[in-house]
Amino acid sequence: MTKTRRFNPDRDVVEWKGGSRPYDLLKEVTICFIVVAILTIALAILFSSPSDRAVSLHTWATSSPVDFAQTAITELDGTSASATYGPPYNNTAGVSQRLGPISLAELMGVNETVNPPTDFVLQPLKTVRGDHVLYTALATFSAAGVGQQASWERAYEKSVVNATASGGSVMVPSGDYGPVSQMISSLTQMAQSGALDTSMLNEASFFGMDYTKSLLFLSDGGYLTTKATGQHLTGDQWGMMNEVGNYPGQSWLWLYTMWYQVKPFSTSANADVQVWALMMLLSVLLIMVPFIPVLRSIPRWSKVYRIIWRDHYRSET
Amino acid sequence: MGASKDSAVSDEINQQWTTRARRGLAKSFPYEKLLPDTQPSYLSSWIYVFGALTIGALAMIILSGAVLSIEGPTWWHQSSLGLFVNSLHLWSVELFFFFMVVHMWGKYFMGAWRGKRALTWMSGAVTFSISIAAGFTGYVSQTNFDSQWIATQAKDGINSTGAGAFFNVLNVGQMLMWHIVLLPAVVIALVAIHVILVRHRGIVPPYTEQAREVTP
Repeated sequence: MTKTRRFNPDRDVVEWKGGSRPYDLLKEVTICFIVVAILTIALAILFSSPSDRAVSLHTWATSSPVDFAQTAITELDGTSASATYGPPYNNTAGVSQRLGPISLAELMGVNETVNPPTDFVLQPLKTVRGDHVLYTALATFSAAGVGQQASWERAYEKSVVNATASGGSVMVPSGDYGPVSQMISSLTQMAQSGALDTSMLNEASFFGMDYTKSLLFLSDGGYLTTKATGQHLTGDQWGMMNEVGNYPGQSWLWLYTMWYQVKPFSTSANADVQVWALMMLLSVLLIMVPFIPVLRSIPRWSKVYRIIWRDHYRSET
Repeated sequence: MGASKDSAVSDEINQQWTTRARRGLAKSFPYEKLLPDTQPSYLSSWIYVFGALTIGALAMIILSGAVLSIEGPTWWHQSSLGLFVNSLHLWSVELFFFFMVVHMWGKYFMGAWRGKRALTWMSGAVTFSISIAAGFTGYVSQTNFDSQWIATQAKDGINSTGAGAFFNVLNVGQMLMWHIVLLPAVVIALVAIHVILVRHRGIVPPYTEQAREVTP
């Protein structure tokens, strides 16, 4: 005996037994391609594409040497955002975002090791040749105890807030900074010459395509953010879905970006992981629409289909 | 004896994977379904064009991306022709998403998953999600200020999920490879599956408001 079940209009169809009409699939696809090609060419001619030059450690240190020095000291003393980031860059405990009791970043561990004091400051300075003042400063710093190093760093970090720039040099009020002042000054000069970009990119290999360290260093400073704010690109300005100028950017990220603008996400310390979890859930719901009651009934209730198939329903009456 | 041998060979051929696959494909995807010359008469709305427009935009993306790849990722910064090709790539992506979103809304309001078409809907929705990832990796591979800013902002979201341990948005080499190899391959494969499913199941018929008994 054949089993039957009740017809569900949100799941079942009555297979079409009515008429048909001529349909040239290949012609339609070809015409569509030509239309899209013409549209694309027209848009490209009219609006081109945004191409603001990338910033570098060189342009940063040249344009804003004080901001560079203020950031560099936080890299050296290990208080910068990158130095205290936690996984996947380093092992700082308890800082990763949590979804309830779980930190997915901690579960996955450190896989892109970044040690800002060494990677951003000490190692690049050690590559400088012929600068005996710097050699002495590095030797003094290295020979000092951890407590002494921290004392110099704290003093410099406190004073550099009031620093001024003069001819590309950073002028810090006098104080007991030990060799730290010389080290940061040398690092600033190294960045201004462009050598720091090369040093950080090519640390592991002659060929460099991994900008993790350079970008982390840049993002710790105020220069990149100031430039982004001017281009309405920060998180509270609907962030990364935008591009410079008036280009549409990744407008399809509007829902993802929107959550960051509203509570509780806008004030949450775990906003990123919460928004991602929500978007994953919404994506699964989108994929599973055919099986979700209510969601799969809305199209039938809305009767928008009567507009789409208006010729069909008109012919039925 | 000879007839028996012929029969054994014939049985063996019938059992071959290739033979069975060919028969299955011929049954499920006859040429009349793959390349139809007629469609049901209810198929008469502009909304149906957006699926083909999406594929047209995808073709433009692939073509312009292929031209960009000939001279490498920084060519478009140094050449006016390169900038034009990059603009073609950008705007075809914008059109691709616009057409795809309109297509999806249209299919939603048609209840296009009805009549054993759930996989067709699901393959389309997954394609949309993967396309977002493909677009994102393109934005962080631009080697300009936008790519720097987007990468430094996006890293926090991706790292918070644990994916940062193997998907490093600050590594432009890795992002470029995902953008030009891995994700396009997935998108193209998904679109192919989606189109084959559309052809296999046909275009969903209009809603009927009369209750009926159906055989499962």
